[in-house]
Amino acid sequence: MNKTVNQKAWFLVLPVLILVGFSAVIPLMTVVNYSVQDTFGNNVFFWAGLDWFRDMLESERMWNALGRQLVFSGIILAIEVPLGIFVALNMPKKGFWASFCLVLMSLPLLIPWNVVGTIWQIFGRVDIGLLGYTLAKLGISYNYTQDFIAAWATVIVMDVWHWTSLVALLAYAGLQSIPDAYYQAAKIDQASRWKVFRFIELPKMAGVLMIAILLRFMDSFMIYTEPFVVTGGGPGNATTFLSIDLVKMALGQFDLGPAAAFSLMYFLVILLISWVFYTVMTNLDKREGR
Amino acid sequence: MAKITLDNLAHSYLKQPQKDDDWALKELNHDWVDGEAYALLGSSGCGKSTLLNIISGLLQPSQGRILFDGRDVTHAPTAERNIAQVFQFPVVYDTMSVGENLAFPLKNRGADPKYIAERVNAIAAMIGMEDQLKRKARGLTADAKQKISLGRGMVREDVNALLFDEPLTVIDPHMKWELRTQLKQLHHDFGHTMIYVTHDQTEALTFADKVVVMYDGRVVQIGTPQELFERPAHTFVGFFIGSPGMNLFDAEIAGTIATVQGASVPLGGSYAPKTGHTQIGVRPEFVRLQAGGEGLPARILRVEDVGRHKIVRLDVGGTAANAILDEGTPVPAGADRVVFDPGAINVYADDWRVAPQGAQGDGPQGAQGDGPQGAQGDGPQGAQGDGPQGAQQGRAA
Repeated sequence: MNKTVNQKAWFLVLPVLILVGFSAVIPLMTVVNYSVQDTFGNNVFFWAGLDWFRDMLESERMWNALGRQLVFSGIILAIEVPLGIFVALNMPKKGFWASFCLVLMSLPLLIPWNVVGTIWQIFGRVDIGLLGYTLAKLGISYNYTQDFIAAWATVIVMDVWHWTSLVALLAYAGLQSIPDAYYQAAKIDQASRWKVFRFIELPKMAGVLMIAILLRFMDSFMIYTEPFVVTGGGPGNATTFLSIDLVKMALGQFDLGPAAAFSLMYFLVILLISWVFYTVMTNLDKREGR
Repeated sequence: MAKITLDNLAHSYLKQPQKDDDWALKELNHDWVDGEAYALLGSSGCGKSTLLNIISGLLQPSQGRILFDGRDVTHAPTAERNIAQVFQFPVVYDTMSVGENLAFPLKNRGADPKYIAERVNAIAAMIGMEDQLKRKARGLTADAKQKISLGRGMVREDVNALLFDEPLTVIDPHMKWELRTQLKQLHHDFGHTMIYVTHDQTEALTFADKVVVMYDGRVVQIGTPQELFERPAHTFVGFFIGSPGMNLFDAEIAGTIATVQGASVPLGGSYAPKTGHTQIGVRPEFVRLQAGGEGLPARILRVEDVGRHKIVRLDVGGTAANAILDEGTPVPAGADRVVFDPGAINVYADDWRVAPQGAQGDGPQGAQGDGPQGAQGDGPQGAQGDGPQGAQQGRAA
C-alpha cells in the first residue's frame, strides 16, 4: 500500500513540542547553563567548564548528604515493604470491612506533605505534643531538635506512617488478583502458611511490589518537605538529605553554579539507580520464565 | 482409600436459607463406594463443584455430615482428609520447576527424597513431560500447566479419594482422550475412589462406573451409563444424556395405554392413574417412522446425516421430536406416522419417572448388571465431544 506523504502532519505535533519545551526542556537547559558558568552578579557570566562538577564530586558535604540519603531510603524501604505486605495479607478480602480498610489506608496518602510534616512536628514536641509529652513523662529522653537519634527516628516513623499505605494498597491489589483455586490447591497439597506465601502470594505480588519499591525509592530519595518542616535538616546536618542540601545551596547561599551541577548529578543518580533496579527486576522475571 | 458417606448433607451459600432455591446443594444421602470411579454430571451451576469442595473440605456444609470409612470428618481440615483434587483451571507454582511442582505435595508430607524422585519420574512419564522436569513452570501453555496440575493430583498414592473438577476443559481434544484413558488406567491399577465432575456426557459416560446426574442442586439419578440411557429417573436425565435427548410428550396415562394428542400409545407395562403433569418419554433410538397406519401423526422437518446414523427432526402435533435411523435404513417414502417401541417408553409424573405396576429392580441400584462400559465408544471419536453416539448405538444395536 502506498502511503500518502504529507509533511504538514508535523504541525500537529507542534503544540506538544512547544509545551514540553516550555515546561521541561528550557528550564532543564537553564540548569545545564548555570552548571557550566560562574557569575559575580550583575548577570555577568563566565565560562567555568566542568569545574562545578569537579568541585561537587570532591565536596565532602555532598557525599555526606548522599550517604544520609541512601541510609534513609534503605531504612524506609526495609520497613515499609515488609510492613506493607504484612498489612495487605491481614486486610479483609471482601465485604464492608474491606472497603473500610481501603479508605482508612488511603487517608494518609491524601494528606499534603507539609501538613504531614506539621502534624509530626507538633506531635513530637515535648511541651505540647502528645507523643513528645508522653515519652518525656515516661522518662525517655526524646527531643528531635537536639538529639540525632530522635530526629532520625521521627523522620523515619513519619515516612512509614505516611507511605506504608501505598505499599499495602499495591500489595493488596496483587493479592486480590490471585484466583481462589490457588489457595484451594495449596490446601489440597498441604502447603504450610509460609509456603503459600512463598510460592503463591509472593510470586503473584512480585510485579506490583516492584512498582511499589521503585515508587518508594524514588519518592524517598527526593524527600524534602516533611523533614524540612519537622527538623529543618537538623540537628546540625543530621537530617539534611540531598534535596534539603540542594535548596540550601541554591536558595540559601545562592551558589547557582554548584547547585546546578549538584541537581544534574542528583537527577542522573536517580535515573541510574531506577534504571538498574528496573532492569535487574525485569531480567530476574525473564530468567525464571526460561 | 475409603468409603465416603454423605449423611443428610446440604449446603447454602446464604447465612439464612429460606426458600428451596436458596440451597446450592439440596439434602443428599449417598455412599461413594471405595474404589469406584464416579462421574458427577450436570449442567453448569447445578451444585457439582459445591459437592466436590465439601468432600475435600474446602467448604463446610450448612448441614449434615461427611464420613470417611465411618469416621466423621465434617469439620476436619483438608489436610487431615488426605484427598487429591484437580481444578478446572490450571494451578501451578510459577516459581518452581515442573519437577518441583510434582514433588510439592509429597515434600509437604515429608516423604523420603528417593521415593519422591521415583514418583515424580513415574508421573512425569504418565503426563508426557519427562524432558521438561527442570524447566520453570512459568510460561508453559495452559495445556501443559493443567497436565502438571493433574500430575500433582496423582503423585500421592495413599489418598482417600481423587477428585477432578472439570479438569480437561482447557486441554485439546486429542490429549483429552489420552489423559482420560490414563486416568482410567490409574483407577484400574490403584483402585482409588475417583469422583470426576463434568458437564460433558461423553466424558462422564466413558470415565465412570457410576454416573451421578445432578440438576438444580439435587442428585436426580445415580446409575450405570446403561441405566441412565434406558431408565432416566428424571426428565432432565433423559434430556441431558443422549444426543439428541429423549423425546417427551404430554400424555394421559390409563393402565397400559397413554393418550397423546388424542391418539393411543401402548405402554410396556401397566401404570396406576397419575395426577399432575404426566408425560411419556422415548429415546430417538426407539422411534420408528412409517407411512400411514397406526401411530402419532408427524411431519418430517429435516434429516441430518451425521455419518454413522441419521437424525430425523420431526414435528409431532406441535411438539419437536427426533428419531434416529441407522445409516443403511432409508427414510420411508411419505412417512407421516411415528411409532414407539412400547418397552422403551418411560412414564413421568411431574418430571420424575414412575415405575410400572409390579415392576422390580427399578431403583438406580437395580439388577441391571454392570453395563457395557467397555463398549462405550472409548475411542478418539468419543473424545471429540459430540455426545455419546457411540455409546448409544452400541446399546441400541
